[in-house]
Amino acid sequence: MNGLVFDIRHFSVHDGPGIRTTVFFKGCPLKCTWCHNPESQLCEAETMETTQPLGDNKLIVNKVVGNLMQVDEVMNELKKDSLIFDESKGGVTFSGGEPMAQPEFLLELLKACKKLELHTAVDTSGFATESVIKRITQYSPLFLYDLKLANDKEHKHYTGVSNELVLRNLATLIELGKEVFIRIPLIPSITDSTENLVGLRKIIVKYPSIKRVDILPFHSIAKGKYERLGRKFDVNANFNYSNERLAEIKAFFSEHVENVLIGG
Amino acid sequence: MYSKLSNMTPRILALREQSLNAVNILSHERALLVTQFYKSIEGKDLSTPIQRALAFAYILENKSICINDGEIIVGERGPAPKATPTYPEVCLHSLADLELISSRPKVSYKVNDETRRVYAETIIPFWKGKTQRDIIFENLSIGWKDAYDAGMFTEFLEQRAPGHTVAGKKVFRMGMNDYKLEIQRAIENLKHQNDPSISEKLEELKAMKIAANALIAFAHRYANEIENIAQTEKNINRQQELFEIARVCRKVPANAPETFHETLQHYWFIHVGIITELNPWDSFNPGRLDQHLFPFYKQELELGTLTEESAKELLHAFWVKFNNHPAPPKMGVTALESNTYTDFALINVGGVNEDGSDAVNDLTYIILDVIEEMRLLQPSSMVQVSKKNPDRFVRRAVRIAKTGFGQPSFFNTDAIIQQLLSQGKSITDARNGGASGCVETGAFGTEAYILTGYFNLNKVLELTLNNGSDPSTGKQFGLQTGNVSNFKTFNELYAAFEKQLNYFIDIKIEGCKTIEKLWAARMPVPLMSILTDDCIANATDYNAGGARYNTRYIQGVGLGSITDNLTAIKQHVFENKTVSMGTLLEALRANFEGFDSIRQQLVYETPKWGNNNNATDQHAVSVFNSFYNSVNGKPTANGGVFRINMLPTTCHVYFGSKIGAMPDGRLAKEPLSEGISPVQGADHKGPTMVIQSAAKIDHIKTGGTLLNMKFSPNFFKNDESIDKLVSLIRSYFRMDGHHMQFNVVNASTLREAQKHPEKYRDLIVRVAGYSDYFNDLNDALQNEIIRRTEHESA
Repeated sequence: MNGLVFDIRHFSVHDGPGIRTTVFFKGCPLKCTWCHNPESQLCEAETMETTQPLGDNKLIVNKVVGNLMQVDEVMNELKKDSLIFDESKGGVTFSGGEPMAQPEFLLELLKACKKLELHTAVDTSGFATESVIKRITQYSPLFLYDLKLANDKEHKHYTGVSNELVLRNLATLIELGKEVFIRIPLIPSITDSTENLVGLRKIIVKYPSIKRVDILPFHSIAKGKYERLGRKFDVNANFNYSNERLAEIKAFFSEHVENVLIGG
Repeated sequence: MYSKLSNMTPRILALREQSLNAVNILSHERALLVTQFYKSIEGKDLSTPIQRALAFAYILENKSICINDGEIIVGERGPAPKATPTYPEVCLHSLADLELISSRPKVSYKVNDETRRVYAETIIPFWKGKTQRDIIFENLSIGWKDAYDAGMFTEFLEQRAPGHTVAGKKVFRMGMNDYKLEIQRAIENLKHQNDPSISEKLEELKAMKIAANALIAFAHRYANEIENIAQTEKNINRQQELFEIARVCRKVPANAPETFHETLQHYWFIHVGIITELNPWDSFNPGRLDQHLFPFYKQELELGTLTEESAKELLHAFWVKFNNHPAPPKMGVTALESNTYTDFALINVGGVNEDGSDAVNDLTYIILDVIEEMRLLQPSSMVQVSKKNPDRFVRRAVRIAKTGFGQPSFFNTDAIIQQLLSQGKSITDARNGGASGCVETGAFGTEAYILTGYFNLNKVLELTLNNGSDPSTGKQFGLQTGNVSNFKTFNELYAAFEKQLNYFIDIKIEGCKTIEKLWAARMPVPLMSILTDDCIANATDYNAGGARYNTRYIQGVGLGSITDNLTAIKQHVFENKTVSMGTLLEALRANFEGFDSIRQQLVYETPKWGNNNNATDQHAVSVFNSFYNSVNGKPTANGGVFRINMLPTTCHVYFGSKIGAMPDGRLAKEPLSEGISPVQGADHKGPTMVIQSAAKIDHIKTGGTLLNMKFSPNFFKNDESIDKLVSLIRSYFRMDGHHMQFNVVNASTLREAQKHPEKYRDLIVRVAGYSDYFNDLNDALQNEIIRRTEHESA
């Protein structure tokens, strides 16, 4: 069994509890205009420009992004950090792209992690069939779950898909007693309107078991990646949220949720 | 922003300011006194130990007394803060040297005309050709000198005295009068023995007595002067305080201290004594300060004679005293290998008690506060982290480290104890130990562990690649281990490297033994000997092997670089055959000019040390083991043992400057990697991979290793990330890692990273809600983070 992976990053500290290793799956059914991992969207390997500086010279090399990896290969890389997971109460996070877009590969990895007693989290857009969600939940205790837009029309417009499935799957996860951290990307003029935040909060308060919300303010890091992939970036890259605005948003969610964090 | 000035009393603020603002000057006071003394004994028949003890006494009787306004802890080595003496009996500065010391852009000490005159008229004429340094160089072999000149190794003891040691618990529990009784008992014992060296030993013991009395008399001079000042002091509170300080100076160091204040003053007189007697490396060091002071603190709190605030003020005052005492001016290679004002007194807190229990106490946290509040270059500070210590202690230390001044550093108590035990120390001596200087393991109070010099592992490879000759000079001074172009396998190359390594280690060790004998014979240190067990009982000087344990270290430099170099050769020349040995050598000779694509391959298509890649890391383990086998266990001249540790101070820069281009793509003269850290920027898989690579060498076989980690201040935003850092430290220590320090980078580093991204490939910055590698950010965002960083550290 193999799957398409674009990176395995050690010492991930914002993708769940403790020190984690994050496996980034390549390929995503959503097409969010602000996506900060544009190299994760296509379901096939592609090339991306990388600079290799050598003194004053900068050589531009085309690097292949996307690597077909066997389950064993991935596990060998994950096993390396076992002691650090133990010490930090961390584990493995599967992210992307959309990990549930390669369900069989994800399942095999989750099973292998469970066998090794490695804690796992799945970082997902929630866009997957119910049967996939149900199978996955048997093997992972934690979900980092994106909520982007409450209004379905806007959701379709900015991500390319309806939020209906996303919301239904959230309900399923909660029913099955899974731990869920909600993650809200704060994108200027797209997800940051009061109307949207009110809408999202309404969804969240339905589920008292949700104890944590991470607000992820927009950053322009992705711009460089779009350029290196030869694509266009449609979001105003020069925008920065003020600390006051972020504090306001944090307070707004804190009225109903125990643990609200700016950033992951 | 970071120093919490508000937590200091006004007079501490003033003393701290005075210390920070004091200009480093070179004082000729000690040089003149020691010269006068040696002139006065010309023609007299005095044994060397007695001469040294009397010289010490003469200096302390005649040097100026300096009491700074508002001081509570008194005693200066020079006539004023940062007025730094010289030691012409060890190393004589010429007028040209004085000029250089005064005018050099980094680590200068101002020299005035009076000093120049005294040097020209009195000091230089008397000492020329007679110094320890002169005699050492006369006695070394040509082979040694060739290697030294080429940058194969350095020599710590050519202009500074052996020291590298730390006060044990006993120093805080005994007065000089108690030591004198101990000395007297040793004299009595000696009389009942048939010892052929009885007369020498008696001289040594008598010298110790003279030194003990000299230190008591010095403190009394302070008491007298303070009483004089008190007579005319108008402020009644200060007047009372001055009388109290005078009382303390009459009591200690003559008698064992009984209060918190007395203990600090007691140690400080001893410290000033040690660094006046000679110029030992790493000055002197109170060691496990929280442990030594805690009984006094606790008792006085109960009695109501001390509060947390008054204890803190005394500690603040104590801190300032260290900062007033920069390292004596260094010259030549010594200045290059240790280019800093710091004199490496490294305060230890935490760890375990003598019975193995958790040693963290209330005072530990108070001392951590003091470290954070004072934010001074000296003393340096570290925390000993044992598995038995609570996380909140480590968290507190990480919170200080995140403020970005590099202190405290983190040490693994459990590894240190294993190291000391494996070296044959008793469990009690091991638990009373710690680390001093940069990262050096020692049994405090019972061990002379002398660093002898850095060793250039990469220079060995450069010579091996050139069949024993130095490509920069063409000089053949190594072994002819064969033309590498004819080697069929990597193993042949490694065997040649190992042969070359053993050859130069032998040269270094022979030199060390010659030098060790000269220090033993010519420069006994009676005061240091009193303080280090069992010099009194053995009636033998510290410099002659009198301590309970005697160790000499050779410090390996450039483990990351040598690992990447060997990996590159093995992979590209022998395995993939993408570059021939001939072409590689040509490229190195050309400093890669015209060989860009080869360099590209070497830099970017070779797995580097620090990424937890076994194929690469095995070379680090091999080189480490070869170095260990070559050095460890060999006997020193006076009954000690040679061992290794892995640290660079600033020597990786000097050693780099002596090496041409290397197979890892490094250009000629560029710095090598430092400590056991990866080559600057070569680790791109993050800190968990770095610590796993670093843990592959057997730290327990060393007397210390140094691992540097870079983080952006943004990383430490919230408590969660502090906890994650604590886990990282604990993980490394579970793998027996010895030491870790955090380089929390500031805006200027980030700017440097923009200019030279290839050196900062490992730099992680907190961006917004997540962290990323600085190099992966576009220019605009880099600028944004730099601006933010500037803002945060303003």
